[in-house]
Amino acid sequence: MHELALLIAAGIASGTPLLLAGLGLLLNERAGVVNLGAEGLMLIAAVAGFGIAFYTGQTWLALLGGALAAAVFSALLAWMVVYLNTNQYASGLALSLFGAGISAFVGAALVGKKLEIETSEKLPFLGDLPFFGPALFQQHTMVYIAVALCFGMVFFLYHTKTGRLLRGIGESPASAHALGYPVQRIRWLSLVIGGAFCGLAGAYLSVIYAPLWVEGMVAGRGWIALALTVFATWRPWRVLMGAYLFGSVTMLQLHLQAIGIEIPTQFMSMLPYVATIIVLALISRNPHWIRANIPASLGKPFHPG
Amino acid sequence: MIVLEKRQHPSPWMTYLSPVISIVLTFLIASFVVSAMGKDPIKVLSLFTLEPLSGKRAIGEVMLKATPLILCSLGLAFCFRSNVWNIGAEGQFLLGAIGAGGTAMWLTEAGVAGSGWLWISLALLLGAFAGACWAAITAWLRDRANANEILVSLMLVYVANLLLSYLVFGPWKDPKGWNFPQTLRFADSLSIGRLGTGMRVHWGFVVALISAAAMLWLMFFTSLGARLRVGGLAPGAARFAGFSSRESLWTVLLCSGAFAGLAGAMEVLGPMGQLTPHVSTGYGFTAIIVAFIARLNPLACILASFLLSMLMIGGELAQSRVGLPASVSSMFQGALLMMLLMVDSFINYRLRWRPGAAKGLKRDA
Repeated sequence: MHELALLIAAGIASGTPLLLAGLGLLLNERAGVVNLGAEGLMLIAAVAGFGIAFYTGQTWLALLGGALAAAVFSALLAWMVVYLNTNQYASGLALSLFGAGISAFVGAALVGKKLEIETSEKLPFLGDLPFFGPALFQQHTMVYIAVALCFGMVFFLYHTKTGRLLRGIGESPASAHALGYPVQRIRWLSLVIGGAFCGLAGAYLSVIYAPLWVEGMVAGRGWIALALTVFATWRPWRVLMGAYLFGSVTMLQLHLQAIGIEIPTQFMSMLPYVATIIVLALISRNPHWIRANIPASLGKPFHPG
Repeated sequence: MIVLEKRQHPSPWMTYLSPVISIVLTFLIASFVVSAMGKDPIKVLSLFTLEPLSGKRAIGEVMLKATPLILCSLGLAFCFRSNVWNIGAEGQFLLGAIGAGGTAMWLTEAGVAGSGWLWISLALLLGAFAGACWAAITAWLRDRANANEILVSLMLVYVANLLLSYLVFGPWKDPKGWNFPQTLRFADSLSIGRLGTGMRVHWGFVVALISAAAMLWLMFFTSLGARLRVGGLAPGAARFAGFSSRESLWTVLLCSGAFAGLAGAMEVLGPMGQLTPHVSTGYGFTAIIVAFIARLNPLACILASFLLSMLMIGGELAQSRVGLPASVSSMFQGALLMMLLMVDSFINYRLRWRPGAAKGLKRDA
C-alpha cells in the first residue's frame, strides 16, 4: 500500500510540469494558435529559474523569473505568428531550436551546481492521513498551485466573457473580427500567458523537481504536453488527468525496477515517448471525435485587411 | 500605427535577399551577444566565417559536415514541400547509423574480407532502409490513425536515441573496449574512401551532390514531383485533380527517411568507423534550418548546408579557441531560422503607416 501511495505521489510530482505546460498550450490552441515552441520555452525558463534560484536562493522568485523569461520569448513568437503572419509550425520549431541552444549556452556555467531548497512539505492534518497523506498531501506547494491554475483555466474559458471570446476566436477569427473584437491582440496575449505557463513548468522542473540544471533536461516534455492537449480534446480537466497519467507512466519505470523486474533502463526510459505515440494514435483514430472538439481555426493564420 | 499590408505581388527581390539579410542580422546579434560576454566579436565571427575556409584540411571538414546536412535537408525539403511536417530526421539518421553500423559490425566479426565496395554498399543500403522503416512508422500512424506527424516523428527521435544507447551500452558493446559504450572498430575495408589526402571528407560527399541533382529532377521534372508539390501548395486542387494525398505522404516520408538513414550510415562508415552514442551532433535538427534557408530547393540545400556546416565548426572552434560553450552554434542556428521567418514575411507583406489604425479603424482599406 505504501508503495502505491509513493507511486501516486511521484506521478503527481512528475505530472505537474506536463499539467502546467499543457494548460498554457491549451490556452493558445483554444485561441487558434499552435505553439511548437513549448519545448524551447520550457528550457529557457528552466535555465532562468535555476540561475535565479542558485544566485538568490529564492524559490518563488525563481519560478516567477522562469515564467517571465518564457513569456518574453513567447511574446516574440506571438509577434511573429500573429502580426508578421509567419508559419506557426516553422516559427514554433525555430523557437524550440533556439531555446535549446540559448539555454545550453547560458546554462553552461550552471551545470553540476546544487540548490539548497526544500522540495516538498507536508500539509498540516491532511499530510498525516494514512495512504492519502503520503500520496497526495506531501508535495511542494507548486503542485497544488498547478491544480488551482487548472480550476482557474476552467473558470476563465467557460465562465468569463473574455474566455468565451477567446474560444470564439479559436473557432472563427473572421467572425470575431467582423464583430469588432481585437483578434490579434487576444491571440498575442494568449500566447504570452500560455508561454508563462510553459515557463512555470520549466522552472518547476529545474528548481523543484530535479533540482538541477542539465542541458536539454526538459527531455521532450514540451512536446508531450502538446500531445496532451490532443489527448484531452482541448479540455482543461482532461489535461490534468492526462498529465498525472503520463507522470505516473514516467515513474512506473523506477518502481518496476524497485520490484525487481529486469528490463534495460533504456527501454524503460522510452515509456513516456512510446506512450505518447500510442495515445496520440488511439485518440486521433476517430476523425469525428477530433473534428467535433478541435478549435476550428487551429494552426490557421488570421490577418485582417 | 504601423500595420502590415499584403503586397499585390510578392516581392521578387525579397525572395532572394531575405536569406542574406537574415544571415547578416544573425551575425549582428551574434556579435552583440559575444561582446556582452567580454569576447572580441571580430575574432569570434572570423571563427565562424574565415577559419573554416582556411586551407585544404579545414575546407575538407566543412564538406564532411555538410554531407549529412545535404542528405537530411533534401528529404526534409521534399516533405515540407508536400506539407508533411517530418521533424524527426534526427531519429531516422540514428536508425541509419544503427542499421549500417550493425551490418559493418557483423561483417567485421565474421571476418568477411574481399571487395570492400560491395559490402559498403550493402551496409549503406541497409542503413537507408532502416531510416526509411523508422519514417514509415510516422507515415503509417499518420495514414491509418491520423496521428500528428510532427509529434510522432519527434517522439521517435527520443526513442531512437535510447535504442542506440541500449545497443552500444548493451549487446553491441565491444568486449575488448575497456567497457566504453561503443562497438568494435569496423574493418578497414569497410571504411568509405576519402576524396583526397589530408582531408577527412569521403566519397559520401559526392553521393550527396548526386542525390541533390536527383531530387531536383524528381521534384521539378517528373509528374510525381508535380503531384506532390500541388498537394502541398493547394490540397483542395490536388484532391480535385485526383492526386492521392496518401501517395504523397508515403512517398515523401519514405524518401526522407531513406536519405536521413543514408546520411547516418555514411557517418558511421566514414569518419566514425564504429558506433558510439554520439553519432549525431544534431544533424537532423540542423537540416530543418538548412531546408528552410534553401527555400526547399535541392540545389540551394547544398549551399545552405555549407553555411550551417561552417556554423557548426565555428561553434567547436569558439569552444576550443576562446572558451565559449559549444552550444553557441545551436543558439545561432535557432536565431538564424527565426530571423529568416521574420524577414520572409516581407516577401508577401509590407509595412504601412496608417493613422487611426490603433483606434480599431482597420477596415477602411
